[in-house]
Amino acid sequence: MTEVVATNQTILVVGGGISGMTAALEAAECGKQVVLVEKSPTLGGRTALLYRYFPKLCHPICGLEINLRRIKANRNIRVLTLAEVSAISGKRGDYSATVKIAPRYVNENCTACGDCAGAVAAEVPNPYNYGLDKMKAAYLPHAMAYPQRYVLDASVIGTADADKAKAACKYGAIDLEMREETITIKAGAVIWATGWQPYDAAKIQPYGYDRFANVITSLEFERLADPHGPTGGKILRPSDGKEAKNIAFIQCAGSRDENHLRHCSRICCMASLKQTQYVKEAWGEAAKSTVYYIDIRAIDRFEDFYQKVQRDPSVSFLKSKVAKVTQDKSGDVILHGVDTEGYHRYANAHDMAVLAIGMQPSVAGVDIPAEIVADSSGFIESSAAESGFFGAGCATNALDVNRAVQSSTAAALRAIQVINKVARAEA
Amino acid sequence: MGDLNTQMLDKYRNNFLREVEEKVDDGDWVKMCMQCGVCAGSCTFGPDWEHTPQKIFMMIRAGKREEVLTSHSMWLCTSCYNCMVRCPRKLPITHIMHGLASYAHRLGLAPKNQPTRDFSMIFWENCTKTGRVNELKMTISVYFREGFVSGIKKMWTLRNIGRGLFFAKRLNPLELFVSHGCKDKDGLRRALKKADEIEARRRGYAVQPRGYSS
Repeated sequence: MTEVVATNQTILVVGGGISGMTAALEAAECGKQVVLVEKSPTLGGRTALLYRYFPKLCHPICGLEINLRRIKANRNIRVLTLAEVSAISGKRGDYSATVKIAPRYVNENCTACGDCAGAVAAEVPNPYNYGLDKMKAAYLPHAMAYPQRYVLDASVIGTADADKAKAACKYGAIDLEMREETITIKAGAVIWATGWQPYDAAKIQPYGYDRFANVITSLEFERLADPHGPTGGKILRPSDGKEAKNIAFIQCAGSRDENHLRHCSRICCMASLKQTQYVKEAWGEAAKSTVYYIDIRAIDRFEDFYQKVQRDPSVSFLKSKVAKVTQDKSGDVILHGVDTEGYHRYANAHDMAVLAIGMQPSVAGVDIPAEIVADSSGFIESSAAESGFFGAGCATNALDVNRAVQSSTAAALRAIQVINKVARAEA
Repeated sequence: MGDLNTQMLDKYRNNFLREVEEKVDDGDWVKMCMQCGVCAGSCTFGPDWEHTPQKIFMMIRAGKREEVLTSHSMWLCTSCYNCMVRCPRKLPITHIMHGLASYAHRLGLAPKNQPTRDFSMIFWENCTKTGRVNELKMTISVYFREGFVSGIKKMWTLRNIGRGLFFAKRLNPLELFVSHGCKDKDGLRRALKKADEIEARRRGYAVQPRGYSS
């Protein structure tokens, strides 16, 4: 599994979300050798955890499926999951990356039949539903997971559950002897598609994310609306499972704020506009969405979608950054603030509040080489001319899927140029 | 350009924002406000005053000089700093509010008989005389601010506290005649004078000690 042949003509792609997959594919389909390293057990990243895309409201499964098929069909890509780049050295055209591969405890024999999950009793918080529910300690991350292979959570290793899982497997796929491996990969160019993470909502103290169950993030809301999510696609609020029909969307939760993230996260306006349509889809006439905003940034072609949502009678807009959220005895959240259009003070009750949470570059755990330059928000800026490092997707900026894919294609082209030079020099 | 255009241009030609930037402490921050409303919503006194910081900043930009400078709002600020801590653009809102209050006071436009303003003036006069606050004299000045009868009434209401303070040696009746003070009173006066000169030079004011204008 881990025998990877990599040379100075190989492109190393770090991160297997939509950006990393795209960059890897674009390079591989141009005939370059690519190693794609992903730290979680599956490709797909955060895109796989979305219910729908804006503005067409189509399902991410569609786009992912196409990309996964391209990956399966391409001999030039080697995918390493549960793998993290722990160190990297060298220079443009001649890098050497140390990659740590965590044990999956399940080998290639796995057919994803799920018998091990049936045998295991222990449950762990489900990161694929942002911890809203629990999953068995032997799990397939999600329906679109690639590779389609179960994972045995490290917490059950050495317990009776691990033996039960092993006994339940008809294919001899459970291997409890797997250990962490460290391998070295050579590469001529490195694409950093390390993606993003939601800003820690609990840090926005006045919104009470850590105190009120019915204040959730926009990412959690995606999971609530998704049929594969913790509620089977029903929009039920976390505190008491009540049907949440009157929902507040709080924009710029963390973004455009010098105390939190100083940049505009760019996706959140469209994401909230999109999510108002989930509410409408779920509850029809009874749906009521209120968007609290500073200004709606639905740029260029998204303007049409914004106008469509504006015409929707189930959605109202309130120009105000919410100052404070409280919760009453019934579990309803009360939003306090003053609007900008008329300076009216309000205290509005809603079933649930959704924080349109900001995007933060996720670079934790990676010893970022000095060659990479980051901007004041931590996003990767274009590297120096003599560098073979390239940022792609949300590692470089707050981007939606569409723009992340564009950015990744650009990064792949830059990396290909480095490889071509190496190839010419070596020929 | 048509007459109407010229008229509209005059209407919107705003010198007040520039005036605030030049003359008011931290006034150059006002233009950074993005009108999100967090300060207004976070203000503990929010429901009780007419103009929240958000509104004041917009009024400054709209050139409403009289309304801003005669507003009671700046004087109601309790300096809790909630707005300043939460402002997504890190405007020093509390400081701007105090700056505006101080500027309005200097121009003699601040509201008359405003309790915070009266208290501030009494406090300043009291403590700059000797470098120490004469609490007895200050209390009396504050109580009798609205006349003899109301002063007596207030003192009567708080007589037990006064007695307590006396027995705890926190209130010395002799202070009515002799104030305690700092060691170098002349030094203090020179320092204050110098501060006034520096401020006047920076802001382009005619030198005039604070607290004596109105």
